[in-house]
Amino acid sequence: MSQPPLSPLDRPNSYIGRALPRPNLARLLQGRGQYVSDISLPRMVHVAYLRSPYAHARIVSIDAAAARAQPGVVAVVTGAELAKVCTPWVGVLSHMKSLKSAPQHAVAVERACWVGEAVAAVVAASRAEAEDAAALVDVTYEELFVVADMQAALAPGAPAIHPELGDNLAFERRIEAGEVDAAFASADAVAETEFVFGRHTGVTLEARSIVADWNAGEARLTVYQGTQAPHMMQNLIAKHLGLAEAQVRIVCKDVGGSFGVKVHVYADDMATAALAKMLRRPVKYIADRVESFLTDIHARDHRCKGRVAVAKDGSILAFEIDDVTSVGPYSVYPRTSAIEANQVIGLIGGPYATPNYRGRTRVAFTNRNVMSQYRGVGHPIACSITEGLVDLAARKIGMDPIEIRRRNLIADDAYPTQSATGMKFEALSHHAAHDKLLSMLDYPALRAEQARLRAVGVYRGIGFASFIEVTNPSAAFYGVGGARISSQDGAAVRLDAAGGLVCQTSVTEQGQGTEAMVAQIVASAVGAPLDKVRIVLGDTDNTPYGGGTWASRATGIGGEAAWRAGVALRENILKVAGIILQADPATLDIADGAVIDAGKRPRVGLDEIARIVYFRPDTLPADLQPELIATRHYAPKAYPFAFTNGVQASWLEVDARTGFIKLLDHWVVEDCGTIINSQLVDEQIRGGVAQGLGAALLEKCLYDERAQMLNANMADYLVPMAGDIPDIHVGHVVTPTAESNLGAKGAGEAGAAGAAASVANAVNDALSPFGVTISEIPLTPEIVLRALGVV
Amino acid sequence: MKAAAFDYVRAESLAETLRILAERGEGARLIAGGQSLAPALNLRLAAPDLLVDIGALTQLRYIEPAGEALRIGALTRHVDIARSEWIARHCPLLTRAIAEVAHPAIRNRGTLGGSLAQADPAAELPACMMALDAVIVATGAGGERRIAAWDFFLGVYETALRADEVLTAVEIDGLDAERAYGFAELSRRRGDFAIVGLALAARRRAGGLAEMRLVYFGVSDRPTAAPGAAAALARRDIEAARAALAAELDPFADAQASSAMRLHLAGVLLERAFAQALEAAT
Amino acid sequence: MRVRMIVNGEPVTAEAAPRQHLADFLRETLGLTGTHIGCEHGVCGACCVRLDGAVVRGCLTYAVQADGARVETIEGISDSGEIADLQAAFTERNALQCGYCTPGMLLSAQELLSEIAAPDRETIRNHLSGNYCRCTGYHAIIDAVEATARARAEAKR
Repeated sequence: MSQPPLSPLDRPNSYIGRALPRPNLARLLQGRGQYVSDISLPRMVHVAYLRSPYAHARIVSIDAAAARAQPGVVAVVTGAELAKVCTPWVGVLSHMKSLKSAPQHAVAVERACWVGEAVAAVVAASRAEAEDAAALVDVTYEELFVVADMQAALAPGAPAIHPELGDNLAFERRIEAGEVDAAFASADAVAETEFVFGRHTGVTLEARSIVADWNAGEARLTVYQGTQAPHMMQNLIAKHLGLAEAQVRIVCKDVGGSFGVKVHVYADDMATAALAKMLRRPVKYIADRVESFLTDIHARDHRCKGRVAVAKDGSILAFEIDDVTSVGPYSVYPRTSAIEANQVIGLIGGPYATPNYRGRTRVAFTNRNVMSQYRGVGHPIACSITEGLVDLAARKIGMDPIEIRRRNLIADDAYPTQSATGMKFEALSHHAAHDKLLSMLDYPALRAEQARLRAVGVYRGIGFASFIEVTNPSAAFYGVGGARISSQDGAAVRLDAAGGLVCQTSVTEQGQGTEAMVAQIVASAVGAPLDKVRIVLGDTDNTPYGGGTWASRATGIGGEAAWRAGVALRENILKVAGIILQADPATLDIADGAVIDAGKRPRVGLDEIARIVYFRPDTLPADLQPELIATRHYAPKAYPFAFTNGVQASWLEVDARTGFIKLLDHWVVEDCGTIINSQLVDEQIRGGVAQGLGAALLEKCLYDERAQMLNANMADYLVPMAGDIPDIHVGHVVTPTAESNLGAKGAGEAGAAGAAASVANAVNDALSPFGVTISEIPLTPEIVLRALGVV
Repeated sequence: MKAAAFDYVRAESLAETLRILAERGEGARLIAGGQSLAPALNLRLAAPDLLVDIGALTQLRYIEPAGEALRIGALTRHVDIARSEWIARHCPLLTRAIAEVAHPAIRNRGTLGGSLAQADPAAELPACMMALDAVIVATGAGGERRIAAWDFFLGVYETALRADEVLTAVEIDGLDAERAYGFAELSRRRGDFAIVGLALAARRRAGGLAEMRLVYFGVSDRPTAAPGAAAALARRDIEAARAALAAELDPFADAQASSAMRLHLAGVLLERAFAQALEAAT
Repeated sequence: MRVRMIVNGEPVTAEAAPRQHLADFLRETLGLTGTHIGCEHGVCGACCVRLDGAVVRGCLTYAVQADGARVETIEGISDSGEIADLQAAFTERNALQCGYCTPGMLLSAQELLSEIAAPDRETIRNHLSGNYCRCTGYHAIIDAVEATARARAEAKR
């Protein structure tokens, strides 16, 4: 019997699937990376923003005379002055029908709408001097009414932050599927609760940083920024500063964490770019930690009523939710502040075959900080609600949580299909993921231990969360709404004169391993050794046009483009090799940096091919013009998103006397299709899980009734540290997508999607002897003790 | 955030330090380890005119046992206390408490004198000093003044130290083999300030514990003793001890815990610290 | 004010305003940008450096306080080879993603391994609890430190 032909991925010395160390780590380990804050340019000055201490106030006057006279001060610029250089923006997308928002300026003009909104820019020779001068800027405010939270925002008669918009309802959407009322009426049991989620924020260790350099001689602005989407920033900075895109270059070198925080447009960043143009010199802005808490996008501030209808055989008949979320006074630009809510309403019940669903979501403007996409976006909320309701249903009918999931998860052979909310699934593996999970943890043993310890007053619990996760989004996400956010990416791969490969890619790196992933793909596609591959990214002048890294798309889209480009380059190389070797290119291949013949013998090295093509074209046929460079782009087309799926489990102990929770163990099974490098994937999952664990137990932006953030510092906003997190076990199921050659889906957000849900379910499982269910996170000790009636 | 500008002088002697404090008054702040002052400076919550650095006064960095007594110089770093074998054997309450103070990098630099002078209500060491009946030595132009730890901590960041004095040493006595200790603290994450903490010191007597000191931290504006609860514990009456706490503690409320929660946790810590002390005693 | 210190083995003389903390002095005056700034409240650990042999927060020490001291940064302890095995373990295990916490994490880990030869995972987690990482979820870091400890113990035998 003949051997099946090698699939495109089973190539000689393929690096696909190999957990190799990343090639670019030495400089980071030596402290020789280059983050934006490390950059120093000639004549560079620093900006500090004077920020409103009030959540809502009219700016009556700004007297900067004393500030301007301070040593080292170059300029003090008000919002009105900056508005002549930078136009305002509105964060709406046309495909989100009810979404409305008001124009936002780079620095507030006339009115400040949240604590921390910049009201003046102070530019000086050093940041310290800028802060000294900022303290002397005399601003007179007239305090206005404060819309402190979502309830206040939507209360009848509530004053509208933007009167021209009519009210504070930024966005509303309803979905109705199947026969919801009939399902509830016929159910054997109905359970309901209100889910409350703590607003939280990304806390990238490197704060937002930007150096904007306007070269008046070239009439060109170079912006060094840790952005995830450089081409988007190029477009928007050009647009709002009245420049042509070609006049703007975005350069991203090392970035100290992003998680979605750095994919948005921030007023401060636009202001800094505008100041550079105004002052005709480089301007540096590094947010300090307090500013980061006050102005980095917040996320996940939801209150959601949820109901579930279940039959006694465990069939979940219907889900119903009514969700409200608070955003800031402006919808963030350009990706809006409504995507999270829009996802929540669309993802409820996603893993399950339940056809009946009713959902409503409302997004409310408040005078809190602005809000937008943060790792996982709506998935963590939707998963917590769904999985919380599934467990509630299980408890109502006395069914084991694994069993109720088995009865309701979409069957692995049911694909392609779609959710009740219309989400299209190509091929998921919920049951295989559960099988894998149960092979990783000893469920009966954990239950036995739980029972044994309960008898002596020690309360351990295990909780599960099945989840789906959007990856590789098509233009359905943003493009259709009019945003110039690219849903495709490109890679240009060339053979250089010494026989090495250089790949320029439009996806970007913030630590997830993009460089390594692209290098492994290119090396495999061409047949070159990995150490001969160099990646160029994060520079709009030197990469193909593309979307960047966000929404778990870099591998599935950027990687696919790199694969196709590598394959195309290999063909071009083999065409030349065929001539040189007098052989049919179809009988040749490339392995280990050399062209090999049908007998797998190395015949000519890539360095030799390069030498001949670049330096001795006279030795090649007259009609042959070799192209040792190939560029390919890729956009997903068949599905709006490449959904992935997985399941998480949390094992923990609740101290019923103190309310403190100790996380003992955590498991994730993830199906992200073809895995390029499992170590990169697993570590992304672990990082995402940690953020979800932080959400479950620790993280919350605390606000008072005047919309003042009370814990805007690193000591009072609690992020998980090494002692707070257990080991995280990761396993995989592999269901490639048929849409691309690589079959890779995305993996960056999966960890964040289900971690909090599994912890909440575990806590309720631990406390089930007490008959309490808690549906609020973060699960602080006080919340636990109150639920137990101890306090 | 960058600190507001200040002048700086590195004192070469205690006498010089006292002279500068007398001259510059309110506008001068002492800095030793700086682990409490520097964050305040960086956040512009404090803006002194002059920082007087006493870090070079190495003569104030010592751990001197003498029989059953211990004298610790104010510039002794937390890490020095953590590493002291003598303290681990003869005054393990301190060893135990120091392990909870922030993180290694802070402990490498923070000083005992600095922690006591800072008087953060949620800090471990002030409560330990009270539980140990320690005496705090303050040096001024007129010489040394000895202040009982029980009289030293007056409020949030407020101590009995005068503006022209430097805290130079701490003296602890009675560190004999009959001592038994307990220590318990609850914080959201390792190294965070305590939501509630308890330092317990006692003496073994006739199969039980006597001369019990219970000092809570994190419940009020200063470390707070619970003598009624202590007396009940000495009688092994845990219920009475918990009841006494309700009368003796009036815990404040903040984002971390309500007053009722703090009181409840204080009771739980009481049991846990007591159990430790009993175990140490047997 | 003029300050003199030995930085990574090299004598340095420079001007420092009293309010300039050591991390900013190293980064901006000396161009040693491997020491990172994450909060300036002394909480996140990104700014850790070695001062007279002990790991401290660079943001909580003013440069003038380090006059006459010996300072070692990530660049120095990298170039000396002191942590080559730890760095190799981090690479092998992908114990860093964005790299921003890494210098501080390496300094703290090295100090732990100098004090305790065979720390268990809980001890490692406790010791590193003053170094915030948002990317890794810590598991890989603990693995890398544990592996290095084991390898060093093996080498001693």
